[in-house]
Amino acid sequence: MVNKLVLENLKHRPVRTALSVLAIGIEVTMMLTLVGLSRGMLADVARRARGVGADIVVRPPGTSLIGLSSAPMSEKMVDFLRRQPHVTHAVGSMTHPLSGVTTITGIRLDEFDQISGGFKYLEGGPIRNRDEIIVDNYYARQNNLRAGATLELLNRTWRVAGVVEEGKLARLVVPLDVLQELTANPGKISQVWVKVDDPAHVPKVIASLKDQLRGYPIYSMEELTSLISVNNVPGLRAFITVIILLAIVVGFLVVFLSMYTAVLERTREIGILKALGAAPSYVLNILFRETLLLALAGTVLGIVFSYVTRWVIMSWAPASLTQMIVPDWWAIAGAIALGGALLGASYPGWRAASQDPIEALAYE
Amino acid sequence: MSEEPIIRVRDLRKIYRVGEVEVHALRGFNLDVPRGEFLCVAGPSGSGKSTLFHILGGLLAPTSGTVIVDGHDLSRLTDSERTALRRRMVGFVFQKFNLLPTLTAADNIAIARHIAGRNLDNDPWFREVLELLGIADRLHHKPSKLSGGEQQRVAIARAIVNHPAILLADEPTGNLDSQNSAAVLKILRDLNQRLGQTILLITHDPVVASYAHRVVHMLDGRIVDAEP
Repeated sequence: MVNKLVLENLKHRPVRTALSVLAIGIEVTMMLTLVGLSRGMLADVARRARGVGADIVVRPPGTSLIGLSSAPMSEKMVDFLRRQPHVTHAVGSMTHPLSGVTTITGIRLDEFDQISGGFKYLEGGPIRNRDEIIVDNYYARQNNLRAGATLELLNRTWRVAGVVEEGKLARLVVPLDVLQELTANPGKISQVWVKVDDPAHVPKVIASLKDQLRGYPIYSMEELTSLISVNNVPGLRAFITVIILLAIVVGFLVVFLSMYTAVLERTREIGILKALGAAPSYVLNILFRETLLLALAGTVLGIVFSYVTRWVIMSWAPASLTQMIVPDWWAIAGAIALGGALLGASYPGWRAASQDPIEALAYE
Repeated sequence: MSEEPIIRVRDLRKIYRVGEVEVHALRGFNLDVPRGEFLCVAGPSGSGKSTLFHILGGLLAPTSGTVIVDGHDLSRLTDSERTALRRRMVGFVFQKFNLLPTLTAADNIAIARHIAGRNLDNDPWFREVLELLGIADRLHHKPSKLSGGEQQRVAIARAIVNHPAILLADEPTGNLDSQNSAAVLKILRDLNQRLGQTILLITHDPVVASYAHRVVHMLDGRIVDAEP
């Protein structure tokens, strides 16, 4: 009976119900999209690092795990690493930030091809001139680029030599010496990718390198990809927490206003229920069930919306942003939305439950 | 009528405080209502009728005095005890019908039963009541689709669905035309005669009062006259 009353109440004010569900849906979408973006972009970085085909990465001292840094390490390190036992290849790369999270990477293409097996060209071919650039298919799609097209980056016009399949090293690749020159970092690199003769020798090589290069972060590929997580990116966890708190506040305010209006509108009906002998808990139960239903519907809508945001991102900005669908966060986001909604319903609920039946019945 | 009255009121007083002013709504009110009686309380506005209605219905606590309904002293009950009393012992019929607009007629009746912790399934007594009220074919309509007379009949059904000891009706025909008024009053009289329902009806309309066994007149919080 109470469920029927709850459903009828929600149907009675369809616009308010729809807006409440929509607002909670947006709250849930905010959480799922943010977490999905964080994980998606980190997974993307990890995937592209794995795509290099190296076994070990050596980074300059004091740098963060996610390589938005420029080039604080000498290129001589590459030669030093090549001389180490069991090392078959070592190639240096330089990463330079552009706008937002987009970076451009400089490599010596012939050396990189040896360690990685080379890019898979979907259009065009390798870089042959100093003003040429390689872009991956996501970047090409986002920016409507084809082989032979030109683009402006770092105050310079580049000709697209080739469009390659994404998932290897970087989205934008240029000759290392050109990037060093353009960024005033001659002879400097951001990291060295190392390949050893046998994967079984990786721990031994790492131990030897750590012994010789004190203070340098040196990771095996497995270690590097496992460390690329939300917890290891400075400030990201705090950022997610702040956005989730904002989402809770939004959900709280929406449900508070919705339920507050509902209680005011239904003052007389609450008076009727109380005249019939409904205890405060009965009235509270009705409002909390309404809130629960709004939060559940909002959560489902938010999950659907997270697929929509992923589709939009993949359609419009696949090179800049990558969003994962995060089913393990569905229940968490739903619980957070429900918590905020119940909090929002608690004051209107208390007001309804403590209403004087005589005054409520006289309410016009 | 030698048994204990179903309503016994002694020296009932109710004082409202409006700011620093005390308003004496009931000033030593006394009343006995035998079980099965159809009693009308008449009087002008401000005479204390509604306050009496609210106290007898357990909606309001008296300031002093004794109010015994079916053996329960209402003046000693807490808020939650009065709430529990309303579920089973009192049925209300209001001037404005007071049906829940989102529910059908059937659900408006069923919710009173649900609040009392009962269900309506296969209750032959209730089917008889619906026939008596003439609303059996209107149960699946919402209040907005019912006429005033039909809404008030649904409200009456809701009021008696839990077999209350007393049925309190506050100006039940105040929002009805003369034809529907007569129909509702006839129903109340039938409920009283055929089911033995004790009814206390508040009105200032002498025509309405004529349906009752007895009429008491109130003025300034006291009974000033009784008939017959």
